[in-house]
Amino acid sequence: MAKVIGQAIKRKEDPRLITGEAKFLDDIQLPNMAYVAILRSPYAHARIKSIDTSKAAALPGVIGVFTGKDFMDINPLPCAWQAGGVKNNVNTPRVLEPEKVTFTGAGVACVVAESRYIAEDALALIEVDWEPLPVVVDAKKATEPGAPQIHENAPNNIVMEWECGDAAAVEKAFAEAEIVIKQPLINQRLIPTPMETRGCAAMYLPYTDEYTVWITSQAPHVHRLLMTAFVFGIPETKMRVISPQVGGGFGAKIFMYPEYPLVAALAKKVGRPVKWQETRSENYRATTHGRDHITELEVAAKKDGTVTALRVHTYANLGGVLSTVAPGIPTTLYGRLLSGAYHIPHIYCKVWGVYTNTGMVDAYRGAGRPEATYVVERAMDLVARETGLDPAEVRRRNFIRPEEFPYAPADNILAGLKYDSGNYEPALNRALELAGYDEFRKQQAEARKQGRLLGVGLSSYIEICGIAPSAWIGLPNQGWGAGLWESANVRVHLTGKVVVTTGSQNHGQGHETTIAQVVAEELGVSVDDVIVQHSDTLGTPFGYGTYGSRSAAVGTVAVYNSLQRIKEKARKLAAHLLEAAEEDIVYEDGKLFVKGSPDKAKTIQEIAAAAAIGYSLPKGMEPFLDDTAYYDPPNCTFPFGTHVCMVEVDPETGAVQILKYVAVDDVGNVINPMIVDGQIHGGIVQGVGQALTEGAIYDENGQLLTGTMTEYAIPKASLMPKIIQDRTVTPTPVNPLGIKGAGEAGTIAATPAVVNAVVDALSHLGVKHIDMPLTPQRVWAAMQRN
Amino acid sequence: MFAANFDYYRPATVAEAVQLLSTKENAKILAGGHSLIPAMKYRLAQPSALIDIGRIPELSGIRVEGGKLRIGAMTTHAAIAASADVKAHCPLLAEAADKIGDQMVRNRGTIGGAIVHADPAADYPPNLLALGGSVTAVGPNGSRTIDFAGFWTDLFTTALAPNEIVTEVTVNGYGKGTGGAYADLQHPASGYIVVGASAVVTVANGVCSKVSLVIGGATPNPVRASAAEAALTGKAPTAENIAAAAALAANGISNPIGDSFASGDYRVHLAKVLAKRALTQAAARAQ
Repeated sequence: MAKVIGQAIKRKEDPRLITGEAKFLDDIQLPNMAYVAILRSPYAHARIKSIDTSKAAALPGVIGVFTGKDFMDINPLPCAWQAGGVKNNVNTPRVLEPEKVTFTGAGVACVVAESRYIAEDALALIEVDWEPLPVVVDAKKATEPGAPQIHENAPNNIVMEWECGDAAAVEKAFAEAEIVIKQPLINQRLIPTPMETRGCAAMYLPYTDEYTVWITSQAPHVHRLLMTAFVFGIPETKMRVISPQVGGGFGAKIFMYPEYPLVAALAKKVGRPVKWQETRSENYRATTHGRDHITELEVAAKKDGTVTALRVHTYANLGGVLSTVAPGIPTTLYGRLLSGAYHIPHIYCKVWGVYTNTGMVDAYRGAGRPEATYVVERAMDLVARETGLDPAEVRRRNFIRPEEFPYAPADNILAGLKYDSGNYEPALNRALELAGYDEFRKQQAEARKQGRLLGVGLSSYIEICGIAPSAWIGLPNQGWGAGLWESANVRVHLTGKVVVTTGSQNHGQGHETTIAQVVAEELGVSVDDVIVQHSDTLGTPFGYGTYGSRSAAVGTVAVYNSLQRIKEKARKLAAHLLEAAEEDIVYEDGKLFVKGSPDKAKTIQEIAAAAAIGYSLPKGMEPFLDDTAYYDPPNCTFPFGTHVCMVEVDPETGAVQILKYVAVDDVGNVINPMIVDGQIHGGIVQGVGQALTEGAIYDENGQLLTGTMTEYAIPKASLMPKIIQDRTVTPTPVNPLGIKGAGEAGTIAATPAVVNAVVDALSHLGVKHIDMPLTPQRVWAAMQRN
Repeated sequence: MFAANFDYYRPATVAEAVQLLSTKENAKILAGGHSLIPAMKYRLAQPSALIDIGRIPELSGIRVEGGKLRIGAMTTHAAIAASADVKAHCPLLAEAADKIGDQMVRNRGTIGGAIVHADPAADYPPNLLALGGSVTAVGPNGSRTIDFAGFWTDLFTTALAPNEIVTEVTVNGYGKGTGGAYADLQHPASGYIVVGASAVVTVANGVCSKVSLVIGGATPNPVRASAAEAALTGKAPTAENIAAAAALAANGISNPIGDSFASGDYRVHLAKVLAKRALTQAAARAQ
């Protein structure tokens, strides 16, 4: 049988999506349903003196109007990842804020009505008496003396001071350095903007005291656990959470948000099913944002381009209150990646997590790793600039050598883990070859003579995938206190059809196809005979969901482990039916036979039927082919690659045009190349968006100036040339499938490649750095300054 | 994204529409709806009544009369962009219409709606002003024409009376010896112009006998770049002459619009750069 793993088969989930059959949250319609609208704070920092809901409550069609005071029996949301340094200063949202708001968009009251239109009409009739308070939106300014204090328990607005690496060793390296470079970098705030906004629907059955809640969720089991055990204080068995078809998440749909327990509580209060679907304007204010770092980068290097030390100081803006895993992103997922693809002898990183009067900040595609990669890849270009070496050559000179794997980055910054496997130079060389790098350098020199500005940028990134190992993500005072293992159940039914249930959650990644491919490969059945079920806490084993490029490297490995036990049982049963010894049974292409006698084979379907009928099983064997696995990987995986971006800058307007984009990625073994290419493709466009067009801007009053899609510029297709993709394959030894993960690589790699290209285009004008997004005005202004 | 309640009327004639507009409290005309409906969904606009003029046949269509284009107010951008008459008599207008929004916007949005909305970042106003022509408006007392030069009076404001409806837009065409061009820089999110320069240049006997240059996006309403026009008129359309004229393109701009994407100073700079590009292309097309 031809291998199924590695084939670009079409996605099993696409027909329902393409035909519009798929049911999203807003498609859910329950009998007697009522609709929720939420009144959100127009102020970034204000005390609520009083709220008068009487006029709203009197509007015909209004079922109920509620404020924070009606929900004081519900706990504030949990902050589940209190990274190192977070102490007694945790402030998280309540379902509706009863006393004070710390960002525009915080919910303070809600209306339940017969229609959403009536609910919105009623919102306008709620009267809030506000006492506005002074506002600070900039993370660095918020820590300075005299800044407005947002929470009483957080002096100077500091959430945590976190560090990794060896400050003294770095100090010494800088003292001895031939070259020292300092560069401030801003990694601007981004708005995730999935195509579908968030939403929640709920119903409550009083006679069993049970909730059913539909959430646009990347992690339905986590949502159930947090909502029941932490927010409501009820057993998780009292709630079923279903994540319907989800239209993208990019991390923002992992978290616990106030609206979910609010909607569940409202279903109980009004005794009817209720639904809330976020508008895009709400989404831009009340759903988490990403990035938002102010960084001071210092690089020590030798004249030959060898980097000797890196010192990184970062202020990470975490918003007015903490989202679910906010402190973990700019710490574990950022500082620990600062060695990048390079052998850097000493590293020190210090991070201040800061409260400001802005929306919550949490994981957004890449989550900490794009920020780290941006720092490292800008550093490599700055070293190239300072030494006069080619940026590709500087990378080559600093790469970790293939023989150094498994590689532990300097000064234990990776907290005990080691890079699993890697071979960085072939990916770089292939990318340069596909890009026509040497030829382009000649064109660039020629173009400069005519006043045209061409530039090329590299990004030789690595990333951390398979975010799970308990030994790392569970580290006391560092991780989030629990392993992020993943689960799977495999059942081969009487007819030979296979049902897999997984704790991971498919919101665009193609699990239903890729997991089916692994099952088909292992069991020797058709991909069409495999159904992958997910996203409903009723019927799937507990799992931590989908994010951190972990569904293939962790979730699918759990499936693989189950399949091995299913195969073992099938062999035992085949041996019994064929009256042979188990060790003589061969399992090939879905057939089990005695070595040397393939004509007398039992198919896996026949074995499954025998196991399900359960009539003549070997002594002690339980009926049915059914197995559940829980997989806690020993290590993360570390994909890598090189992206090359070529641009032309308009010398008069500063507008940037991407001429060519090449991506050579190594994500280990690939289950479905079409899906992997698509993941990387989309990721690249998102990364380009950060480099060129995206950026959330709050004014000094904490008002979001980029509050709609006419101001916040997500990338459009017209921004991109055709992306040229290729890969190298360096399997990981961490898991038996050799898979590393591919969900975030594009986003991580693309941003610095584009910025490096634009700075390269202007290098002869003396431009060394421009902060993102590289809008025409910023690029033009940089040219004027130099 | 949930509009407040409103009454909906769909008149069959212009007279009926004018009658409704005059009698209904807080009424708004609904044309293509591409600016009004979003404003209503944000509840920035809360009209009590919408008068949908989408089914009045005489408001749509393009005619050529005496070298001028007469375009019904409800003619869509897509229809203008695709019109053989517009391409033949006023290719610049077809080009400008084709740059508006995206295909879906162009299929629904109308020239009448766009010019009445008077968005400072819209594509039509600088081009119409550069081409020259007028707006026909009908009110309770009959119809009148308003020259483009006096039509846009302030930010999102026109010379229309509250009970008047635009029925037609008349645009001067041009032929051999004249070229038009439009150079713009678009906002990456909205697709609206940050600044746009529209130029119409007539070249006779090797010199620019007539120059029309208008800058949009930098000010609440488009501004004619008179100094630049004068500087190039009577001169050969050489790169030097065009550059010298374009350097004056922002002379009429005081208090330019500035926002987080593009400052006033940058808009002034863009006006000159884009003026140069539009003039260069227009002059090339004239020859």
